[in-house]
Amino acid sequence: MKNKYSVFSLIKNALSQHENWQQAWGNPEPKKEYEAIIVGGGGHGLATAYYLAKKHNLKNIAVLEKGWIGGGNTGRNTTIIRSNYLWDASAGLYDHALKLWENLSQELNYNVMFSQRGVMNLAHNLQDVRDLKRRTHANRLNGIDAVWLNTEEVKKFCPIINTSPDIRYPVLGGTLQRRAGTARHDAVAWGYARGASDMGVDIIQNCEVKGIKRNGDKVEGLETTKGFIKTNKIGVVAAGHSSVIANMVGLKLPLESKPLQALVSEPVKPIIDTVVMSNAVHAYVSQSDKGELVIGAGTDSYVSYTQRGSHNIVEETLKAILELYPIFSRMKMLRQWGGIVDICPDASPIISKTNIKGLYFNCGWGTGGFKATPGSGDLFAHTIANDEPHKLNAAFNLNRFVSGDLVDEHGAAAVAH
Amino acid sequence: MFLINCPFCGERDQSEFSSGGEAHIVRPKQPTELSDDEWAEYLFMRKNIKGIQFERWNHVHGCRKWFNVVRDTSNDKILSVYKMGEKPPVNYK
Repeated sequence: MKNKYSVFSLIKNALSQHENWQQAWGNPEPKKEYEAIIVGGGGHGLATAYYLAKKHNLKNIAVLEKGWIGGGNTGRNTTIIRSNYLWDASAGLYDHALKLWENLSQELNYNVMFSQRGVMNLAHNLQDVRDLKRRTHANRLNGIDAVWLNTEEVKKFCPIINTSPDIRYPVLGGTLQRRAGTARHDAVAWGYARGASDMGVDIIQNCEVKGIKRNGDKVEGLETTKGFIKTNKIGVVAAGHSSVIANMVGLKLPLESKPLQALVSEPVKPIIDTVVMSNAVHAYVSQSDKGELVIGAGTDSYVSYTQRGSHNIVEETLKAILELYPIFSRMKMLRQWGGIVDICPDASPIISKTNIKGLYFNCGWGTGGFKATPGSGDLFAHTIANDEPHKLNAAFNLNRFVSGDLVDEHGAAAVAH
Repeated sequence: MFLINCPFCGERDQSEFSSGGEAHIVRPKQPTELSDDEWAEYLFMRKNIKGIQFERWNHVHGCRKWFNVVRDTSNDKILSVYKMGEKPPVNYK
C-alpha cells in the first residue's frame, strides 16, 4: 500500500498539522475501455472491485457511481452484522462474510470499527420461541455460534429491557450470537475504495449509467453521463435501482424496491452495549460510538424510490421501542432517513450470471445487505472473474425462481423486514 | 406517506390502505399448460418501475374494496385512480 496508515504516519502528519494527508482514492475520468465495470459504488460494489483486483488479478476495472461512493444504502443502514441464518446456503454465505469482517481492518489497513458486541434476537410468543430455538440448533450444526437465553438471561445481558410479563408482547427469551455486532458503515466504503484505488481501480463518481449496449446475447459497453465506455463484463450492484438497470436490457428481476427507514436519537452516555432485535414487534436498537441510539424501522408496503418512507412505520417502531425500553421515553429523535431496498420474494439475495453473456447481477439484499458486504464482494468477484459462481453463492442464482429452489429466509431466520 | 383518493370513500391517509403491488398481471387462463419459465414470470418477475406505475390498492381499514392507482414511484405523486375492471387511463405510459 502506497500510504500505509500507522501510528507513525499519524505522528508524522500531526507534526504538519494534518495538512499533508494524501487523498485516499483517486478521482479519474473514465477510460475508453475496461476489462470489467462495476455499476454501483456502495460497499458491495467497491468490495467487488477490490477482490477482482486483489484475488483475480484484473487490473483494468472501473466502478461507476451515479452519486458519491457510499451515499446510498451503505451510508443509510443500521450497521448490524450477524450470520445466524437458518438455511445452510444462507449460513454459508453470511458466515463467510462475518469471517472476512473479523480481519477487515487489518486487510484494508483502514479501521472499519468492527465491534463484536453481540446481537440478541427476542422472542415474544410461543411460535417465536420454537422458531428461534430451531434456528439456534441449525446455526450450531453449521458451526455458527448461537445460544438460547431465557427471560432472566435476557435481562441480565441487557438490563434496560422491560421483561415484565404484563406488557403486550412479553419477552419470553431470545437468541444471542456473540460474534455478531456492528461496524462503521462509511469506513467500509472508504476502506474498500482506498484499497481498490491503490490497486489501480478507477472509481468514477457522478457518473450515471443510461444504457447497456448489447451485441446479440452479449454486452459490449455502457452508455453513461460521461460518455460510452467499452467493456465485456458488467457487474451490477445497484441495490434499489437494480430493476432500473435490468430494464435497460429488457430483463425483469424478481424484485420490489421499497423505502426502509432508520432514525437516530440525540447522543447520550453508554446505555446499551449490544444490538437487540425484535422481529415480532419490529424494533431494533443499538448505540453508536457517538452515543446516539440507532433504531431500525420497517419497510413501506409499496414500491417507491423516494428515500423517505412513511411516518406510520416510524410511529409503530417507536411504540415497540418504548414498550421494550421504557427508559427511552423522553429521548428526542434527531434524524430520520430512508434508503431504497430491493426485496426478493424469498428474502435472499441474487449473486448470479444472467442469460446475457457478460452481465452479472448482485442484488436482492433487501433489508439486510450491509452485514454481507465483504462476502458479497468476494463471491461476486469470483462469479464475474470465472463466469461461474463460487460454491457459496451457487444457491443464490437467478434461476431459482424458475426451478422453485428458493432460499426461503422470510419468516425463518430472524430476517427483519 | 401520501393521501389516496379511494373511489368509494374519498381521500384518506395512505396508512388506511394496503398495497397490492403491480396491477394488470393477468392470471394464467390454463395453469396446467404453463412452463416453469411462465410460472416464474407470473409469480415472481416484476417491472418494479421507477416512474409511472400501475398498481392495486385495497382500502383495508375502510371499505375494504380493491381499486387501481397510477402513481409515480419516483415522487409518490398519484396521477389517477380507477376501479377494478376499468381500462387503465391511456395518457400514462
